[in-house]
Amino acid sequence: MSYLYAAYAATWIIHIVYLASVVRRYGRLKKEMDDLKGK
Amino acid sequence: MKKIFPILAILTAGLLSYALYEALIVAPTEQTMGDVQRIFYYHVPSAWTAFLLFTINFVASIVYLIRRNSRADAVAVVTAEVGVVFCTVVLVTGPLWARPVWGIWWTWDVRLTSTLVLWLIYVSYIMLRRFSTSGQTPVLAAALAVFGALDVPLVYFSIWYFRTQHPQPVIGGGGSIDPRMLHVLLINWLAFSCFAFLICWSRYRLERLQRDVEEMQSLESLLEPRSVR
Repeated sequence: MSYLYAAYAATWIIHIVYLASVVRRYGRLKKEMDDLKGK
Repeated sequence: MKKIFPILAILTAGLLSYALYEALIVAPTEQTMGDVQRIFYYHVPSAWTAFLLFTINFVASIVYLIRRNSRADAVAVVTAEVGVVFCTVVLVTGPLWARPVWGIWWTWDVRLTSTLVLWLIYVSYIMLRRFSTSGQTPVLAAALAVFGALDVPLVYFSIWYFRTQHPQPVIGGGGSIDPRMLHVLLINWLAFSCFAFLICWSRYRLERLQRDVEEMQSLESLLEPRSVR
């Protein structure tokens, strides 16, 4: 059973890490856009 | 469009929860492997979703090479990245299933090795996109994607034509599957496909935004007053 839970947990950890990277990139881009608009 | 996204996200979250319930509770326990066989409901749909994304990447790359369409290029970037995420899930869940069933984490047979090669090809595609500053990068990446896509049918059909440690395909191949298991498998595939579509949609918007910002930055650098000596 531990292998089953490990596989399911690993799947969601991989997806969450990727989604977090997309959100972080979006935040950085939004900041760059605000900087450009401010100039 | 902005209103549809949250609705689709809620529906997909509901579908993923239902698919998880079906995989862990409703699906019958396999007689030989026991509960660990339930990894199948995440492993196989993730592989199918990765194959689907790499196929879209292949089509978008061909379109880009023919028409130099920037939208097609953005679709190619997005599907390669999300495809690598799903392929990573396959490469992680596979050994976690293999260890209790085969007694080993990994073996260098055709199916496993070609899947690892597929993952490496698309990781190199992403690295090329991210670190190359050449103006020819989209063309080079599209050419790499076209060759990379040749590995997809090799991975899929490897268990048909080669003797491997990996089980036979459950649909259309030599293997067979309980109809209740097939039902749970298809629900999980539908859930993961919807999830992949939503991620691709968000990532595509981000990619377009990124290109707009880069364009604005290059325009701004052109318009900036230069110091006079």
